[in-house]
Amino acid sequence: MTLKIGVPSKGRLMDKTFAWFGARGLKMRQSGSEREYSGSIGGLDGAELLLLSAGEIPRELSAGRIHLGVTGSDLVRDRLADWDMQVAELARMGFGQADLIIAVPAVWIDVDTLDDLDAVAAAFRAVHGHRLRIATKYHRLVRDFLADRGVADYQLVDSLGATEGSVKNLTAEAIADITSTGETLRANHLKTLSDGLVHRSEATLYAARAADWTAAARAALADLAQRTGLALPVLP
Amino acid sequence: MPDRLPDRATIRAEADRLYAALLDSGAQPVEADILLPAGALLDLYGEDIRARAYVTRDPIRGEMMLRPDFTVPVVQMHMAHGAEPTRYCYRGEVFRKQDHIGARASEYLQVGYEVFARETPATADAGVFALFHRLLAPLNLRPATGDMGILLAAVRGLNTTERRKAALLRHVWRPARFRALLDRFAGRTALPQARLRLLDRLGSASPEALMQAAGPFIGLRSPEEVAARARSLIEDSIAPPVSPREAALLDSLLAVSGTAPQALARLEDIAASLPSIAPAVGRFSDRLSALAALGIDTAALPFQAGHGRSTLEYYDGFVFSFHADRPGWPPVASGGRYDALTAVLGQGRSIPAVGGVIRPGLVAALRAAP
Repeated sequence: MTLKIGVPSKGRLMDKTFAWFGARGLKMRQSGSEREYSGSIGGLDGAELLLLSAGEIPRELSAGRIHLGVTGSDLVRDRLADWDMQVAELARMGFGQADLIIAVPAVWIDVDTLDDLDAVAAAFRAVHGHRLRIATKYHRLVRDFLADRGVADYQLVDSLGATEGSVKNLTAEAIADITSTGETLRANHLKTLSDGLVHRSEATLYAARAADWTAAARAALADLAQRTGLALPVLP
Repeated sequence: MPDRLPDRATIRAEADRLYAALLDSGAQPVEADILLPAGALLDLYGEDIRARAYVTRDPIRGEMMLRPDFTVPVVQMHMAHGAEPTRYCYRGEVFRKQDHIGARASEYLQVGYEVFARETPATADAGVFALFHRLLAPLNLRPATGDMGILLAAVRGLNTTERRKAALLRHVWRPARFRALLDRFAGRTALPQARLRLLDRLGSASPEALMQAAGPFIGLRSPEEVAARARSLIEDSIAPPVSPREAALLDSLLAVSGTAPQALARLEDIAASLPSIAPAVGRFSDRLSALAALGIDTAALPFQAGHGRSTLEYYDGFVFSFHADRPGWPPVASGGRYDALTAVLGQGRSIPAVGGVIRPGLVAALRAAP
C-alpha cells in the first residue's frame, strides 16, 4: 500500500504546492498529459500523487481514501465536523492566504462590531418579519463563530458564487466570505466588521486519521517528514 | 452517552409502557407528522436548529425538517383547534443531527406529555413534575429544577431603559452574552474601544450626512432604520447605568442554588430589595406547596436559579430535568413551562402550557443495567 498524497489539480494552488515540495527536495510531477489527474513524487519511494479538486480534498481525507492532502484550512474546518479529530495538521504552507470575514453595507454607519450586528438583527426581525440573512458558502465556520459570540436572530443563506453581490441583489443583508485584499468588498459597497474575522485560511498539509496506515505508508511518511523537517503526527 | 442501548424492541416496549401510563393518567393521545414544514421551527429556533435538525427540500412544500421535537407541532395543532384546556400525550421518533463525533444518537424515541390549562399554574407545574417523578421513581434519578420566570421578572423590573431590558431578555438564554451586557449596562466594564470610536463618529455629524458620505445605499435595511439606531446608540451612551445595587441583586439571584426551601428563603430575601420578582417568587412558593401536596419531598428537592438557561429558548417559568448518574448522558427526562410559546404559535390565541419528555431508550438502558 503506497502513501497517497492528494494535491490541488490546477491553478496557483497546484503550482505553489509543487513549489513547496520542490523546495524541500521532493519533485512532484504530473504524469503524462496535463489532463491526467495523477503523478509521481521524485525521490520519495512508495508514494503516489493524486490531483484532486481542492474542494474534494477534505472529503477524501475524512474518508481516508488519501493519507495526506493539501487544501485550504477554511475548507477543512468548514466541511469536516470535529475536523481536528479527523485530520492532523502537518504544516501550514505559507501560501493561499485568505480571510473569512463578515461584512455589512458600508452605509450601515451604526454598525462596527458583532455586538452591533446582533442588535441590528433583533431590530431587523421586528421590522421585516424575518431574520437578518447572511449569505455564505461557509455554514459551519460562520454558525459556530456567531454562536460562540452570542449573535442571534440571523439566518444563513447559501451562496454559490458572487456572494458580495447578494446585498445589492436583496438576497441577503450581510455576507460572510473569503477575501484577500478587500477590493471586491469595497467595489460592492461593503465593509468588514472590526471583530468579524472568522478564520485566517492558508494552504495546509493534512494527514488523514482514518486512512489505512500500513507499515509501508508509515515508512513513506517518516521519509517525507524527515526530508521536509516536519514533526510526525500521532496516528491511530 | 449510553455505553450500549438495549435493542429497539426493548426500547419500543419501554416507550409503550410509559405512554400507557400517561394515557392512564387521563391524557389524550396525539400524533404529529415526522416531516414538518421548516418555516415555523426555523423562525422559532433560528440558525441553531438548522445545525441540529435534518433539513430537506420538498419539490412542492419547500424546506422540510425531520421532527426535531414534538412540542412545536403539538402546540401548533392545539392552537389551531381552539386552544381549549386539555392534556396530551405522544410517543415517536425525533431526529437530531449530531455535529460532533461520538455516540450521541441522531434518532431516538421520545414519550411526552403536555398540559394546556388556565387553572393555577402551580398545580399544573406540580402535576407534570409529580407524574414524571412517579414514572421514573424506580430508577433513582437525580432531579434538577429551576424557574426562568424569576430571572425574567428580575430583568423586566430593572430600573433602566426598555431597550436595555429587551437586550438582556433576548440573551437570558446565552449566559456569557447576558453577563457581558449586564456588566456593560451597569458600568462594571468600560465600553469597548470600537464602540467609543463609533460614538465619536456618530457624534460628528447627522446620521443622514454620515450615510451620504459612506456611499450608495444598498440592501433591505432602510436609511430610516440605520438613522434610528444611530440615534439610539447616542441615547444609550448618555443613559445612566443600571445601579450597582440592582446589578448586585441580579448577581445574587443568579447564584441562588440549594435545596428548594433554602432557595425560597434566599429569593424571598432578595425580593425584599427587588420587589419586581415577588409575584414570581410567590408562584415558586405555591408550586412547592402543590408539589408537597402531591407527595414530593420538597425539603430535598434541588433548585438552581440558572437551571434551564442554556437549553432551547422557550421555557419561561418552571423548568426541570431528571439525570442518571452516568457520565456524558443527556437528561433522561426534561420539561418546563412555555406560556409565551403558545402566544407565538397561536396567531392571536394563547393558553398557559407546561410539559415534558422522557427518553425511553435511556430508561430501558437503566432498567437493563441499573
